[in-house]
Amino acid sequence: MLTAALVLGALLAVVAVWFVARPLLREGPEESLETPGEEERRRLELTEDRDRALAALKELEFDHRTGKVSDEDYRSLVGELRRAAADALRALDAGTPRSDARERT
Amino acid sequence: MPELGRAALVVCFGLALYAVTAGFAGAHLRRRRLALSAQNALVAAFVAAAVATGVLLTALVRSDFTFTYVSSFTSRELPLTYKLTALWGGQEGSLLLWLLVLTGYGAAAVLLDRKAGRELVAWVVPVLGLVTAFFSMLVVFVSSPFKTHMAPDDGLGLNTSLQSPYMQAHPPMLYLGYVGLTVPFAFAMGALLSGRTDERWIVATRRWTLAAWMFLGIGQLLGAKWAYEEVGWGGYYAWDPVENAALMPWLAATAFLHSVMVQEKKGMLKVWNMLLVILAFSLSLFGTFLTRSGVLNSIHSFTESTIGPWFLGFICFVVAASLVLLFRRLPLLRAKTKLESLASREATFLYNNLLLVALCLTILWGVTFPILSEAVRGESVTVGRPYYDFFLRAFGLPLLLLMGIGPLVAWRRASLRSLGRIFVWPTVTALVAGAGLIAAGAGSSTPGLIAYTFSAFVAATIVLEFARGTQARRALSGEPIPRAFGQLVARNRRRYGGYVVHAAIVLLAIGIAGSSAYDTSRSARLAPGHSLKVRDYTLVYRGLRSTRSQNALETGATIDVYRGGNRIAVMHPGKNDYPVEQQLSNEVAIRTDWLTGEDLFLITEQINPNGTIDFKAIINPLVNLIWLAGFVFLLGSLVALWPDAREERRLAVRYGRLPQEA
Repeated sequence: MLTAALVLGALLAVVAVWFVARPLLREGPEESLETPGEEERRRLELTEDRDRALAALKELEFDHRTGKVSDEDYRSLVGELRRAAADALRALDAGTPRSDARERT
Repeated sequence: MPELGRAALVVCFGLALYAVTAGFAGAHLRRRRLALSAQNALVAAFVAAAVATGVLLTALVRSDFTFTYVSSFTSRELPLTYKLTALWGGQEGSLLLWLLVLTGYGAAAVLLDRKAGRELVAWVVPVLGLVTAFFSMLVVFVSSPFKTHMAPDDGLGLNTSLQSPYMQAHPPMLYLGYVGLTVPFAFAMGALLSGRTDERWIVATRRWTLAAWMFLGIGQLLGAKWAYEEVGWGGYYAWDPVENAALMPWLAATAFLHSVMVQEKKGMLKVWNMLLVILAFSLSLFGTFLTRSGVLNSIHSFTESTIGPWFLGFICFVVAASLVLLFRRLPLLRAKTKLESLASREATFLYNNLLLVALCLTILWGVTFPILSEAVRGESVTVGRPYYDFFLRAFGLPLLLLMGIGPLVAWRRASLRSLGRIFVWPTVTALVAGAGLIAAGAGSSTPGLIAYTFSAFVAATIVLEFARGTQARRALSGEPIPRAFGQLVARNRRRYGGYVVHAAIVLLAIGIAGSSAYDTSRSARLAPGHSLKVRDYTLVYRGLRSTRSQNALETGATIDVYRGGNRIAVMHPGKNDYPVEQQLSNEVAIRTDWLTGEDLFLITEQINPNGTIDFKAIINPLVNLIWLAGFVFLLGSLVALWPDAREERRLAVRYGRLPQEA
């Protein structure tokens, strides 16, 4: 029983070591864990801003339709949100290749 | 085969250490293969922990008493299901279960959330590895479930209060909750370590947090049901430190689930959200420490406890390290916008957060004060029910009201006129309900009346939200009402799932207020033939009867229950004698009136040699709404948790084009 347990334990250790070492044993040059540059970070930030503004606009429209937001409140909020969404889209387009911008539109 | 269990745990510990070191090195040096290797170590650690758990479960089922753990917590007569659940009947097994759940979560999180970005996940792995290393160290070196000894003829048996179906589900649910909070913590720390403080970590951990929070909530309700039926004192929550241990991280996680929406919608509260994640995880560790260290029974046992000092050290390390990291990254966590108005959705979320955290911290103070008092002054102090009840009312009732106000207030700002208009119906409903309750005699308890009135207010807002949403969707698409309703929920799962959870909290509040503020209780010593009147029930004691079950001698009183002159039930409250465990358990009898949600709760407090019984009868109005709340809570959580393909696509567009996802 003891021997069987030790053999099984050793087998578990060997399989674990093999599994853990697998990525290190691959052939080919070492791959680097890429870090996004400042431009990429800025693009992601703008994308989040755009999504946030568009989601807020969508939610405002829905809340207005359900009667939760009054006409008066809607008018005072919708302009700001549209401007925020347009700003985010413009800023994103300014830093993105033309084909990507068209695809997004 | 204890040697296999020990070997598996040593392998698990080694893999966790490797995940920490290789993970940190891989992320720091930006070596992708090393980072992947560390990820694999986490997955392999789960397999090793599963093997160790399998060995212990096999020993429990086979009643292999050479395992000290098996002989300490089971006996030959113990039914099979309880032999299996003895896995979490003792400290060593509980820690092993913690480790199994932790490694399972860790492996699943890194495998399923690879899309969250390689750089972020690379930093998450060593954090998960560190927590895994701590728990595997405990079961390898400090509190091993694989200790052996000369096998006795029979085991000591399982604590009789743990021999309950609720105890088969309650601890695993709590562990899934406690341990699940490790995932958002690891991703939050990964975000800080990598400097990637955008919303990826939130997107990646949204469901993990919700799942952990759901398990914690269900686990607590199962624990309350267990206390109600098994402990036999007539209540379901006693503000016991062990109960509070699970409530505190749940409150912190509830605050986080709300405030994270403010970050998603407005880019605000980034530091606060990090603090809440740290608080929730630290409290989950603290809860395990309280339950497992022995510090609660007596402060003096703390020094004798094997795992207490380790836990305390680890909690201090986690809190200190995460706060230092957070302060170093503060410049990356600046809010993009400011609070525009005190009358806005984000403001109500902020109030809700302040109340939740205040309630959480007052409970924490109530739990720690006796420990600190005994440690510093050598005096044993008890923080009792009045302290907790006061703060539950002070913070809980405004929270209940906010649950109704928040969903109706628009984001950014709302005019007073608009607010006045949308709150007309909920306010009228609440006032009518309040007046009706006073007329019905519910005015005897002011907190109870306030809780009911606020509950009516919240219920009205929930109904309004669903009705108006369905109507708006119908007007837009021309769909029939059921389809419009279904589409409304399907397209906004988090929002409407959240409303269903709010409905569960309303049921919970009504159940708690009803059963604690309007209960009736009577005690008496009864001889056979004697009766006791409790409200409109007449209870007649007929005598005692004894039966023998697999592992206990069950003695019950026979009580005829009359109402309006008719015998409506025969109940048998009694006591079970477990000879192997040498314990006597209270077996209460409960009769539920499903129409009113009321329970008739009978306790035989003592069986006297002359055949008389010391008997107690309690009427708990509306208590069953608490258990109903559990099902509604589960439904709402599942709706919110259910994957949303549209949302997934939107996030894929947002994050999918980054080079590291290529």
